[in-house]
Amino acid sequence: MRGKGPGNKAVPGVLPLAPGYFRKPRSLWSDAWRRLLRNPVAMTGGVIAILLVAVALGARYVAPYDPVAQDLANSLASPSPTHLAGTDVHGRDIFSRIIYGTAISLRIGFLGMLLGCLIGVTLGLASGYYGGWLDMVIMRLLDVQLAFPGLLLAICIIAVIGPGLENVIVAVGIFSVPMFARVTRGQVLSLKQQDYVLAARMMGAQDGRIMIRHLLPNALAPILVIATLRIATAILTAASLSFLGLGAQPPTPEWGAMLSDGRQYLTIAPHVATTPGLAILVTVLSFNLLGDGLRDALDPRLRV
Amino acid sequence: MPPVYLLTYLLAPMLRYILRRLLYMIPIVFGVSIVVFLILHLVPGDPARLVAGPDATLEDVEIIRSSLGLDRPLPVQYVSWMGSLLHGDLGRSARTHRPVTHELGLTIPATVELTLAAMAIAVFIGVGAGTIAAVRRNSFFDYSSMVVALMGVCTPSFWLGLMLMLVFAVKLDLFPTIGRGGLDHLVLPAVTLGAGAAAIIARVTRSSMLEVLNMDYIRTAHAKGLTAQTVVLRHAVKNAFIPVITVIGLEFGYLLAGAVVTETVFAYPGVGRLLVEAIGYRDYPVIQGSLLLLALQFALVNLAVDVLYVFFDPRISYGTK
Repeated sequence: MRGKGPGNKAVPGVLPLAPGYFRKPRSLWSDAWRRLLRNPVAMTGGVIAILLVAVALGARYVAPYDPVAQDLANSLASPSPTHLAGTDVHGRDIFSRIIYGTAISLRIGFLGMLLGCLIGVTLGLASGYYGGWLDMVIMRLLDVQLAFPGLLLAICIIAVIGPGLENVIVAVGIFSVPMFARVTRGQVLSLKQQDYVLAARMMGAQDGRIMIRHLLPNALAPILVIATLRIATAILTAASLSFLGLGAQPPTPEWGAMLSDGRQYLTIAPHVATTPGLAILVTVLSFNLLGDGLRDALDPRLRV
Repeated sequence: MPPVYLLTYLLAPMLRYILRRLLYMIPIVFGVSIVVFLILHLVPGDPARLVAGPDATLEDVEIIRSSLGLDRPLPVQYVSWMGSLLHGDLGRSARTHRPVTHELGLTIPATVELTLAAMAIAVFIGVGAGTIAAVRRNSFFDYSSMVVALMGVCTPSFWLGLMLMLVFAVKLDLFPTIGRGGLDHLVLPAVTLGAGAAAIIARVTRSSMLEVLNMDYIRTAHAKGLTAQTVVLRHAVKNAFIPVITVIGLEFGYLLAGAVVTETVFAYPGVGRLLVEAIGYRDYPVIQGSLLLLALQFALVNLAVDVLYVFFDPRISYGTK
């Protein structure tokens, strides 16, 4: 678009505008998208993640066998052309179970992350915007949550609401709340000092409108990065809970539960425990790579 | 000034700082105790029946109800629960009917041993690999160790544990598969538990070292003819260590939580396995006791890390900001 504008014609006494002055304006998001596309590592993660979503959605078309159909004559069969990843002790096709497991793990990952994001971002917005005693109370509550490190918080929640697949989503969601709340609060604390917030308030905007229309969109970049990374953590945490017997119950084809099954046959049929672990590794890796790439693309200075 | 006074004069601000950190811990420990106390009351069902366990008779349930005062208002119950807690009474296991403190006493040494061994491995490998990767930036070692570290972050520890067990215990027969015993029983669980922490420590060490190695005073040190080894070990590592200590403290907490999984994989008799089994049996006194213990350990480690900062970074003031 260079040369289109009047600024490039030499007019005596008028300084020419910088070349590219009339270039199409670019937003933070389109810039970030361009940077993301140029990052091969992040794109690898992104493509794998999209493939996994596709496999999860089309599980019934991709999987060669019914994931819970037993074939006791074929118990603990090694990988072969008929059973690509072999069979487990009940003769169920492990490859099909892993494909169905993709849907289960991704669903827990997404829903758990979403739950944590909704609660955490709301708390963070309110805490950062209002400050004062509300901020104090919310932050102290989160401190208590963080006093149960890592998986322990999820286990604590499961101890209350009981084991089960749906409960794992709740546990993983609440487990992610402090992270989202802290990052959102940090953003809001610096954003609310900006002039445009003052301007919005002078124009009579209510608190709710300022928070949702003005603060939230500008705090979105780090939240998006956390959300992507949190899917990975949620999937890993959910698999750990299922491995401990606190999540998915048999015969659900959940990866952590499958691994737990395979543990008993480690000496005679190691393939039963090996493949679900690889599935978890690939899935978690893809979302982590994508999340790291998003962070680099949106703002390399973000330390999340 | 007599030397004793000099010592008090020098140590006073630090003692005050430690005291303040201790005071800061109180509301958190208080909050943790409320959460742990409430677990029993948030679970759907009759708390007295939950404490008594599934095989208790109706009379047992009533005895427990009156002895725990479960018919009284919640705040009163909390105060009496806290009172007995401070006397070292955590109630009795619904499964074994032994005191919870006894069950914890049997398992604590195993978990402490495991987490310390895992931490030692994680710090040794993490700091070592991170430092070498930073010094030899963009070398083959740098790339390969960072790929391994990324894998370490994404690998489920229970899977890593099973794979190590498969290779080193089942196939090569170098170590025992499960249980607790001598040092050889500790190797595989400690490596399993420490791997994730080693990966994160390596990444943080590398980036922190890179930042420090680019500073002017490092160039000065090189310029005045010091050997590369002296520059890295004497000048760089010390200054790069602050973020590493932060992450080591955080990772310690994750190790305590991760021990739950590792202990289950290797059937290692620690607090984590006790907790998981207790959840399976709905043995609430044991669940409460072990959660409280693990959270308390985490709080103490955080305190220790805060104190360590002071030794490593003279810039951190322990007075008012």
